[in-house]
Amino acid sequence: MTTARAAVAAVVDPEIRVITIAELGILRSVDEEPGTGRVVVTITPTYTGCPAMDVIRADIRQALVAAGHPQAEVRTVYTPPWSTDWITEAGRAKLARAGIAPPAPVRPTGPVPLTLTVRCPWCGSPETEQISRFGSTACKALRRCRSCTEPFDHLKAL
Amino acid sequence: MTAQAEQTAPGAMPATTLTVPGAVTHRFDFVLGLADDALVAAQRLAQWCTRGPEMEEDIALSNIALDQLGAARLLLTYAGEVEGAGRDEDALAYRRDDREFRNCLLVELPNGDFALTMAKLLFLAAYQVPLYTALAGCGDERLAAIGAKARKESAYHLDHASLWVRRLGDGTDESHRRMQAAVDEVWPYTHELLAPDPTAPVDPATLRVDFDSVVSGVLAEATLTVPETAWKPDGGRSGVHTEHLSYLLAELQVLHRAHPGASW
Repeated sequence: MTTARAAVAAVVDPEIRVITIAELGILRSVDEEPGTGRVVVTITPTYTGCPAMDVIRADIRQALVAAGHPQAEVRTVYTPPWSTDWITEAGRAKLARAGIAPPAPVRPTGPVPLTLTVRCPWCGSPETEQISRFGSTACKALRRCRSCTEPFDHLKAL
Repeated sequence: MTAQAEQTAPGAMPATTLTVPGAVTHRFDFVLGLADDALVAAQRLAQWCTRGPEMEEDIALSNIALDQLGAARLLLTYAGEVEGAGRDEDALAYRRDDREFRNCLLVELPNGDFALTMAKLLFLAAYQVPLYTALAGCGDERLAAIGAKARKESAYHLDHASLWVRRLGDGTDESHRRMQAAVDEVWPYTHELLAPDPTAPVDPATLRVDFDSVVSGVLAEATLTVPETAWKPDGGRSGVHTEHLSYLLAELQVLHRAHPGASW
């Protein structure tokens, strides 16, 4: 039987389907109550208005049922706030392979950095420009490579 | 009224205990004010959807609206818990009349042209960034969590609005004229944002330094000036609004009021 932790960790983000919620860093904890087998999952949203949260909650419950844990509760916490620094190395590599430039590291304090150079995930060129700081989902910006001319998504540092 | 705000949402952190008489009402009004700012701003910005001057901007305004809606939902949920009367986010968003809304007048003003929308967004973001930053360090742990989360999103809103105000202000004669007209029109409404409330978790008057510093910097770069007027319209925080809010709420609430409790 798949452990509850493994089942939940394997749930794929519904908007960026190449990365799991564990790799994205929004899965905070999976606790199984001894005796009852009831599972309590804690997640945190990337953005406050992220419309994928309801789907993620449903996917987590479904994964737990399939793994033999029908009794489950999904809790949502907002503190500490999610940061793109929580995306794992494996997650960053998967994003890059899918043509989504991973975010730059965020400094612990001070203003949110907005204008760091982003490398093209297709050809690796640093010669890229922002088309729009708001992209297809709340967490992404839209950029274009001046070397290979391909447009690409960039996960914004947050 | 009990002074103990109760936990209602599963997994939610307990609300801060309030023991001073009248403190619950005051805290409720304060949180509701912030929630309504975000909710009404979200509704106004969403009205740009499919009407943006270019596709990227259309997406940007919808994204910012979504961020505001996200903050509004968290704040409305918390306001309902502080009140302790069993009202959830939907009850507060959809079943209050205009006089019960506590948002500032700035956010309910019509979108106008793109310059006016950017002037409104600049002033709102220049207020919300230091507000959420201060909330992140305040003694109310629920407001602190919401502030820490929303602060990062508002930083992008401020950056976006600043970019456009500079571009339009320091652009062509026509874009400069319209950007200046927009600043002139909405500037008087900024005073309400920073009206003193010394017993609030964060006194808005303490945000004045940050607000002035950011706004004067952007306007100077944009070759724009602040109008000389003593007019300081207010009333939003006590429920006295412009007629614009009533029309906005009619659109926002019509479906829920026609089909109470419906879900899909």
